[in-house]
Amino acid sequence: MELIEAIILAVLAASTPLLIAATGELVTERSGVLNLGVEGMMIVGAACGFAGAWLTGSVFIGALFGIIAGTMMSLIFALMALGLAVNQVATGLALTILGVGLSGLIGAGFVGERITPAVHLAIPGLTDIPLVGRVLFGEDGFVYFSIALIVGVWWFLYRTRAGLILRACGDNHASAHALGYPVLRIRTFAVMFGGACAGLAGAYLPLAYTPFFIPGMTAGRGWIALALVVFSSWRPGRLVIGAYLFGAVTILQLHAQGWGVGIPSQFMSALPYLATVIVLILLSRARSGGSTAPAALGTVFVPDR
Amino acid sequence: MTHFHTLRRGSNWPTIGHFTMQAHQRMLDSTPDGLNSGEPPLLRTIGLTKSYGDFLANDSIDIDIWPGEIHALLGENGAGKSTLVKAIYGLIQPSAGEIRWQGQRIVLSGPSEARSLGIGMVFQHFSLFDNLTVAENVALGLDGRESFKDMSARLEQVSKTYGLPLDPKREVWQLSVGERQRIEIVRALMQDPKFLILDEPTAVLTPQEADQLFVVLERLKAEGRAILYISHKLEEVKRLCDTATILRGGRKVETCDPRRETAASLARMMVGSEIKEVKAASGRKTTVPRLVVNDLSLAPGEPHGVRLEHISFELKGGEILGIAGVAGNGQDELFAALSGERLSKDPGTVVIEGIAAGHLSITHRRRLGAAFVPEERLGHGTAPRMKLSENALLTGHAASGMVHRGFIDTAATLKTVDRATETFDVRKAKRDPEAASLSGGNLQKFIVGREILRNPAVLVVSQPTWGVDAGAAAVIRQALLDLAIAGAAVLVTSQDLDELAEIADRIAVMFHGKLSAPLATREATREKLGLLMGGSSLELEEAAHAAGA
Repeated sequence: MELIEAIILAVLAASTPLLIAATGELVTERSGVLNLGVEGMMIVGAACGFAGAWLTGSVFIGALFGIIAGTMMSLIFALMALGLAVNQVATGLALTILGVGLSGLIGAGFVGERITPAVHLAIPGLTDIPLVGRVLFGEDGFVYFSIALIVGVWWFLYRTRAGLILRACGDNHASAHALGYPVLRIRTFAVMFGGACAGLAGAYLPLAYTPFFIPGMTAGRGWIALALVVFSSWRPGRLVIGAYLFGAVTILQLHAQGWGVGIPSQFMSALPYLATVIVLILLSRARSGGSTAPAALGTVFVPDR
Repeated sequence: MTHFHTLRRGSNWPTIGHFTMQAHQRMLDSTPDGLNSGEPPLLRTIGLTKSYGDFLANDSIDIDIWPGEIHALLGENGAGKSTLVKAIYGLIQPSAGEIRWQGQRIVLSGPSEARSLGIGMVFQHFSLFDNLTVAENVALGLDGRESFKDMSARLEQVSKTYGLPLDPKREVWQLSVGERQRIEIVRALMQDPKFLILDEPTAVLTPQEADQLFVVLERLKAEGRAILYISHKLEEVKRLCDTATILRGGRKVETCDPRRETAASLARMMVGSEIKEVKAASGRKTTVPRLVVNDLSLAPGEPHGVRLEHISFELKGGEILGIAGVAGNGQDELFAALSGERLSKDPGTVVIEGIAAGHLSITHRRRLGAAFVPEERLGHGTAPRMKLSENALLTGHAASGMVHRGFIDTAATLKTVDRATETFDVRKAKRDPEAASLSGGNLQKFIVGREILRNPAVLVVSQPTWGVDAGAAAVIRQALLDLAIAGAAVLVTSQDLDELAEIADRIAVMFHGKLSAPLATREATREKLGLLMGGSSLELEEAAHAAGA
């Protein structure tokens, strides 16, 4: 019992940064922009988030620092890929490289420092329920926020006019422009939202996951988040399932090593990517007509005026 | 002219949704200068000019649109029609000149402002979203002041009122081109426009679908709405429109009554000179079968693609076979299967010059004597940023001697360019420019020329004169006829029925990936072709007719 509870808690903790970052990227991609810089935005968010929390002593302010840092990084992307119509793939990759370097610089002075990590909810009575108590009522704020976030994004995309317009931009930017929608402005907001989420997801790592900062601590989670968006076929519901599945695989990999299962750990680390490839194959085989990816994803748009 | 329209202004305005008749009446009565006979036109442009750098897309255009008229806007590609309507719809800002709406000068910040004034637009390349539903598409074209539910109810009402049936829950990619256009029209009508712009609405319709559209347009006109109708189908304009304004090279040439003109005189105004008549091929002899397709079936290669089903035909030397059909019924897929862009498992499905070639690559098929001209000039027919000589090499190397031991013979490639240039009158700024720098007509002449100069035994060409000026179109059609006279087998896919009637010996129709039996061109009336394009079978129609009589 204890072990199962511990595993569930660990899975939730490992999945939360993936879920937050992927939610942001989902919105970005739904608007038709492919920002491959998630890893870079996350790592800068991690460094700035830790710096903010260490300087102020507040995890909340640290999280805000992470959000702002991620947003600033995404603005660089928006300027290049939307403002100057540079190739999105190249810009995204460059953003990741920039982010890794920048985070090392920002975080250099903080390596070895410790902060008090985010507090966990504690409701007397409820939190003590065996097995489910700590899972449901004993998490840190990030976990609850991530779930609210994905529900909010689902509601926004499918239940609001603004969400419909955003999806329309991702489906056909020329049509959206012809109807008078400011495609580039909408996409810039979507990219900024993606950046804010990536920054927050990065900040989660030193603020809640481990209470210290080490360079490169995102360790490829940004790439997993990108794979996750594809895995979810750009749908918020499947994104939640995918995020916890991918989180579970990460934890399983650690436990499998502990139990001495004879599977190389590298293979286990590759599982999320492998799962994404398999899902892509299944999707393309099962597809009867409607394409799953936003049709304008990754394409450059220059309005004529 | 003016009082004719003034008479019509009292006609009934219908009430759709939240606009009322009184509201219209109030707007109509607001004549600022207060003169009875001097009522201003609904829309007027004065000296409207749009420049892109040194290029004048519109050069001081004056146009008057009156309520209750269908006003044609004629011109060749690049004449400035699209630029003009984009300016009127607020999509681009004019560089100079002004637009007046009911006598008042307006400066439009964007399409939504144009819509709120009562200007609606139906785009040529539909402004629809494939992966959204019909209702969502309509909602996106409105200004979102009503709830989705109210909007859906109104959508149903408008589509019923005008006899334009739509299923609001279906996603657009599942719909036919005609249905898609219906969405655009209903969307525009839901704004209760006083002025509706239609950009080449019949380009993608079967003749019967076009007729249905004309009924709707006549009705809108009777309701007192004004329509600006862009087309280059002159017969259609003569039939439907009250006034025609002709543009050429960004300038207004003339405003006239199209019913008093002939198609030839309108064409002359559009082109600015007489168009050479294409000489019909006399004394052409058909020889051996050079391209045979046997029961070709192929699954679609793309998500929204069409499955080819049991396509068979035989094309002899000296013969031109036309394939008609509404775009997106499998023509692209058939081209890919014939050219070798998509291979068939069964070699015998495509036979070129007596050799089973269904499994052979593009280059192999070229070596057998086949040549291919795809629909898309830039990106498919040529690599846009490469020079003409490089483009000549890219398709020519398989058959002709432009490469020696792996090295490019630059002189030979340039010679090919020169030959194509001379033979087909390709006009370009320098000897060997980038493909993308040529105009559509000149690039198409080059591509067709490049293939014809290889003396192919079989030429498969898709939309040979799409978006090409009338002069170049005549050159290209003549070249295809000459090639057939020289003994080649020519397969032409086109949506332009007049073009097929002009050059083809037989015409077959593609519908939903199936190809009808070819009809001899003299028997292929517009009506018969239209029925086939809409998916009816001629035998059934005849049987029904006989039963009815």
